[in-house]
Amino acid sequence: MSVFEAELKKGKFVIPECLICNDMVWPPSDYCSICFGKVNWRKSDGVGKILEYSKKGKIFFCLAEFEKKIRIMGTLQVYSNLPEIGKKVKLDTCKVDGRNYNFAMTLV
Amino acid sequence: MNKIAIVGYGTTKFSREEISIESLLLNATKSLFDQNPNLDQKDIDTVLVSTNDNTKYLSAILSELAGIQPKTSHTVESLCNSGTNSVVSAYSYIASGLADVALVVGAERRDSPGQILEWDNSRGEFKHPIFWGTIFTKAHKRKFGTTEEDLATVSAKNHKYAHDNPNAYSNKIYSVEELMNSKILTDDLKVSDCSRPCSGSSAVLLVSEKIVKKYTDSPVWIKGIGQKTLSASFTKNQDFSSMSSTREAAKIAFDMSNFTPNEVDVAEIHDAFTVCELMAIEDLGLVSKGNTAKFVKTLYETEDRKINPRGGLIGSGHPLGATGIAQIIETTQQLQGTAGKRQIENAKVGLVHNMSAAATSSTVLLLQS
Repeated sequence: MSVFEAELKKGKFVIPECLICNDMVWPPSDYCSICFGKVNWRKSDGVGKILEYSKKGKIFFCLAEFEKKIRIMGTLQVYSNLPEIGKKVKLDTCKVDGRNYNFAMTLV
Repeated sequence: MNKIAIVGYGTTKFSREEISIESLLLNATKSLFDQNPNLDQKDIDTVLVSTNDNTKYLSAILSELAGIQPKTSHTVESLCNSGTNSVVSAYSYIASGLADVALVVGAERRDSPGQILEWDNSRGEFKHPIFWGTIFTKAHKRKFGTTEEDLATVSAKNHKYAHDNPNAYSNKIYSVEELMNSKILTDDLKVSDCSRPCSGSSAVLLVSEKIVKKYTDSPVWIKGIGQKTLSASFTKNQDFSSMSSTREAAKIAFDMSNFTPNEVDVAEIHDAFTVCELMAIEDLGLVSKGNTAKFVKTLYETEDRKINPRGGLIGSGHPLGATGIAQIIETTQQLQGTAGKRQIENAKVGLVHNMSAAATSSTVLLLQS
């Protein structure tokens, strides 16, 4: 199991960052896709922005970008305001469910 | 470099039939042999199988079942554009001189494991293709004002044209209004916007120029090949309202062939979802961005079959490994003037666009009669 998945199982979203060129590596991998350097796993602040969104039934889902590079899809909890492109989201929970990762975000 | 032509083809009907992958492959191969009496098993020196099926050693199995002992045989897998990838591989074998006659057979069962790329976990629980289809559709609506009626028109056109394709999965004609009222999957996608997985198999025969005349008087030449793979992850697409892998593949194919988009008489487009047809027409340079919905509406209203004359993936069905090969067969028939009710008058140049996994990879072929 990768470090990313092990941390995700604990509910933590970690980002691999190359120890040589400092680039963020996404999707998560043990080596940098630019220079093949080893990576350090650091915690993300979990704040991103909506690139696109839609709804299935009553559930909003979105594609969000974190730290200008990390893109994930997840459910989007909406309270009063409706989602818009560019609006901030907070990554609330992440977990591994069988073969799938689950990401749940809230509109900030 | 050797010139390479398509000189024969065979196919099964696309359906929901429960049938083994081996039988599918053999049925399309038999269809090809039945239609090409000058072809002998001993002529074939390369057998390639295009599929996402998990069964191993299928090219050797097909070869044995069809009485062929090729020099080279193997499987090619690249999700939904496995078919054109396998034809490009066969082209390369012949162009290099390693082979003269290549049989390329694509097949898929309705329960293909190629429908979902499990590896792409950046999509979280939203791995089913309807979710990338939804994101593409929403982005296209947002950028170009594409409406539900525009999308339903793509589906209505392709179902209508599939009605004249005896091998198509769908044989029902729907009105735009009926399709606009089809089952809602997400806020931006309906059932009628989606191509359907199904069982089917298609085969083509590629040969070098020096032996073309043994098999046909009307060869179809492969004049341009363009391919581009950006990533495996859907989320690596930079712009969700267009397909950059298609743009890059098209440029390479047009440069190789010296054709321009204006010279294309007929195009087989990978309409995995209705929005994909609109996006691809734009990214291939056939119509300027933002004007494609109007273009497709005119095609539909005038029964102009320039785009997806066999009914596309939406009308014909989408047996992944067979799809690209079926697109090549339709284009070949159009360029040979043998497409029957679907025939486009005086078609000389044809384009095939086949892509995989939310346009993370695209293949574009340009064919000439």
